[in-house]
Amino acid sequence: MQTFFSHAIRDALAEEMERDSRVIMIGEDIAEYGGAFKITHGFAERFGQERVRNTPISEGGFTGVAVGAALTGLRPVVEMMFADFVTLALDQLVNHAAKFAYMYNGQVTVPLVMRLPSGAGRGYGPTHSQSMERYLYNTPGLRVVAPSDPAEAKGMLKAAIRCDEPVCFIESKVLYGRRGEVPEGDYTVPLDQARVVRKGEAATIVAYSRMVEEALRAAEALAGRGVECTVVDLRSLAPLDMATVAAAVTATQRVVVAEEGSLTGGVGAEVVARIVEQCFDYLEAPPVRVAAADTPIPASPTLERAMTPGAQQIAEAVVSLVG
Amino acid sequence: MTAYPLDQLLSHYQSLVLIRRFEERLSDLFAEGKVPGTAHFCLGQEATAVGAIAALEPRDLVTSNHRGHGHFLAKGAAPRRVLAEIMGKATGYCAGRSGSQHMSHPSIGFLGSNGLTAGMIPVATGAALSQQLLGTGRVVLCFFGDGATGQGAFHEGVILGAIWQLPVVYFCENNGFAMSTPVAESFRVISVAERATAYGIPGVVVDGNDYFAVREATQAAVDRARAGGGPTLIEAITWRQCGHSRSDKCEYRSEAEEAEWLARDPLPRMAEALRAGGAAAEQIAEAERWAEEQVLAAVEYALMSPEPDLSRA
Repeated sequence: MQTFFSHAIRDALAEEMERDSRVIMIGEDIAEYGGAFKITHGFAERFGQERVRNTPISEGGFTGVAVGAALTGLRPVVEMMFADFVTLALDQLVNHAAKFAYMYNGQVTVPLVMRLPSGAGRGYGPTHSQSMERYLYNTPGLRVVAPSDPAEAKGMLKAAIRCDEPVCFIESKVLYGRRGEVPEGDYTVPLDQARVVRKGEAATIVAYSRMVEEALRAAEALAGRGVECTVVDLRSLAPLDMATVAAAVTATQRVVVAEEGSLTGGVGAEVVARIVEQCFDYLEAPPVRVAAADTPIPASPTLERAMTPGAQQIAEAVVSLVG
Repeated sequence: MTAYPLDQLLSHYQSLVLIRRFEERLSDLFAEGKVPGTAHFCLGQEATAVGAIAALEPRDLVTSNHRGHGHFLAKGAAPRRVLAEIMGKATGYCAGRSGSQHMSHPSIGFLGSNGLTAGMIPVATGAALSQQLLGTGRVVLCFFGDGATGQGAFHEGVILGAIWQLPVVYFCENNGFAMSTPVAESFRVISVAERATAYGIPGVVVDGNDYFAVREATQAAVDRARAGGGPTLIEAITWRQCGHSRSDKCEYRSEAEEAEWLARDPLPRMAEALRAGGAAAEQIAEAERWAEEQVLAAVEYALMSPEPDLSRA
């Protein structure tokens, strides 16, 4: 069935709330209003306001509440109105959610999902457009996943809600409006496995979230010029499935790693470091990163387009590798 | 005190002395170089832990902070395993992973302590949300210090507990100092408890060095929470008879202040009340002997315990 990315997320949430009464939702304006992006429209009516809980503007507070609820028998899904606001909740995520299971020596679990509407492309400006996964994926104890199409989003969110560890779920706001085929019935998508979405011999393009469609557009354009690329969708940023990445890179011997966020210390930095460690002898050329410039994200759509990487930059990076 | 059975009061007095001796002996072990890292002692604050937890049922939950040994012991933790944890041993409650300020043992209702001073306030609130939604009838008692009230997590956590009328008791141990910073430099209001007005919940100030006053105030708050009446903010005025942590020489406090507070030591005050209530001198001495023995056994156990298995790193 053709489904919008946003509706795939909605359906995953509804199915899991139906399946398991311990699943609750916490966030700003998620009840009657349905959330800033209307993902939970109708949920309060269907599941009751006990389970679909509006909060005051208190991201650190309600994230901590979700951690406490997760420790004691519930399975909360937090909607952060914009991923950018996760800065306010980092203490609860880094010092609590990520650490409790380990530091309490397995006496507790923290089955918590943080939904993080992410990324640029909608002209929302510097504090409503960022890719925040860079602040999360390097914290031991947090899982970070980033689906790239509706079927993936639904299956990964269902898996995240069933996972006993805290999962940060990166959902690209631009992808909300994309349609794709979503399987019927109950299914999950693994939280720790990358997938190969296109095969080619000339180079590998590693991407995640919205950059996967940009990578596929680049690969399509390059194929028209006789350059066939492998595209790897990371899906999971923590843990990184380096086996899948390394197999692809070893086969193509050239690699471009693309992300929407800025360059320094981003996800690509870690992926490239590991590729160099694991595939050095197979590389025909230095890996290339495609990322946004190291600046805040401007509000003007003209400026935003200019600084956000896309298919063209990815294609150019591949061309620079294959000559 | 006539409302409480004497043998129960004697056992709570035992707990006060146990915590005191535990912290004193731990301090010695640090001086002898037998304990790694650091610790925040609760010497002088024993009555807040024991008095407040006396108001709970065993099934109720407690969250704690960096100064949490007393809370954990009062909730029923075995001294030997607390000490083993502080010493980083395999037999500790968290097998050496947590150390002094991040301990947990949910099976006795001690949900956890943590090193971010106000961090557990939202977590306790979330635990109370679980109790409300799952209909368990349990109450959550959340300990934190005066210093924690400067953090946003205090404000946000208490607001959420208040608007949702959750079964949680916010228990502030005001010992006068956030490390070395006196409360007068941390807030302009007279008391932490009066902030409760801003959240629409009751606020109560209590003498934190008086076991009976602490127990009574907490009992009222716990009963109210269990009956669906929502949270209470309790402020227990107390004083630590030691530095903030083991490296603190307490140079920011005067000798006069020290003398004044030592005169209000919660242990002799409870012993005196017990005597006045009919306890024999021998019963009180026996309680003190028991506590000493527990601590001696704990030290032996912790010293003899193995280091953690390296595969558990």
